[in-house]
Amino acid sequence: MNQSEWPLWEVFIRSKQGLDHKHVGSLHAADATMAVQNARDVYTRRLEGVSIWVVESTHIHASNPDEAAEFFDPAADKVYRHPTFYTVPDSIKHM
Amino acid sequence: MDHPADLQPAPAAIAHAPTVRQQLFEFVLQLADTSLVLGHRLSEWCGHGPVLEQDLAMANIALDLLGETRSLYQYAAQLEGQGRTEDDLAYLRPATAYRNPLLVEQPNGDFAHTVVRQFLFDNYHYHLLLALKEGPDAPLAGIAEKSVKEAAYHLKWSSEWIIRLGDGTAESRQRLDKALATLWRYAAELTTPTATETALQGLGLVPDYADLLPAMQAHAAHVLAEATVPAPQVVPFAQRGGKGGQHSEHLGYLLAELQYMQRAYPGLTW
Repeated sequence: MNQSEWPLWEVFIRSKQGLDHKHVGSLHAADATMAVQNARDVYTRRLEGVSIWVVESTHIHASNPDEAAEFFDPAADKVYRHPTFYTVPDSIKHM
Repeated sequence: MDHPADLQPAPAAIAHAPTVRQQLFEFVLQLADTSLVLGHRLSEWCGHGPVLEQDLAMANIALDLLGETRSLYQYAAQLEGQGRTEDDLAYLRPATAYRNPLLVEQPNGDFAHTVVRQFLFDNYHYHLLLALKEGPDAPLAGIAEKSVKEAAYHLKWSSEWIIRLGDGTAESRQRLDKALATLWRYAAELTTPTATETALQGLGLVPDYADLLPAMQAHAAHVLAEATVPAPQVVPFAQRGGKGGQHSEHLGYLLAELQYMQRAYPGLTW
């Protein structure tokens, strides 16, 4: 990477109290302070957020798309891992 | 001017004696002109910012100022009571009728220049709004209360950039020094009261600027120290006149662009 270029940051926004921070995109910034301010200016212009997280993109380690088959496909035929074989009593709400 | 901020109803005017009403009209108009001209200057960066993120940041600030401008012009029109609208006040007055201080009409220059202009304005604007929102005139206090949150962010933005440019690379420092040397002389006009402001200060409708200065100076000293920049000396040739209608050549060009549509096509609407 060009030394004079600012590093890339991933931005996570929590839309309102009680919900998760969700990944919304990325931006360039010289450091964390600037990244949070830039995120405010780029991603919360339309009342999208009440809280911002930023993570330098280099600190995110991803699974390899080439390994997607061995990583994820084996779970496809194991329906018994889903808790769908229980009968939920009527009195239990919000399951 | 179309902006969602307009959805709020105009605040009710309170009863002032005719002379006070006229003075308050002039003061509100001065604030409106100031925010309009600076907002327009910042909008000139749109599409030309050094990086996308800062392009948006400056456009956001421009829109905040435009929203404040509209509320102020609406209140000014109400105080004047001559049937003029916010658009008449913005689009149909010549440069000599504009009452903005000289600082805000200065051209953008490079990014450091824009940051210094913004910092000098924000430091004044934020502290002024903070005082105005506690003031006795309800409509003005209401506008100030809404705008002070925006101004607090503007000041944070411009302060951060003063620090980054000052304590950054050799080139950023050199550009910041140059911008400070050019623009510092325009700062004093912001807090030098006109006859109208003095009269309103006497009535308690406008805060005494001497009371704002300690907090403004403390903030500027703190930011400049962080930026490792020595505080500029008080300049012997402080530039002023804009608040009295005597402008630099730059305002005419700015208004020519800003007012073009209404001048060429009177009464045009979108």
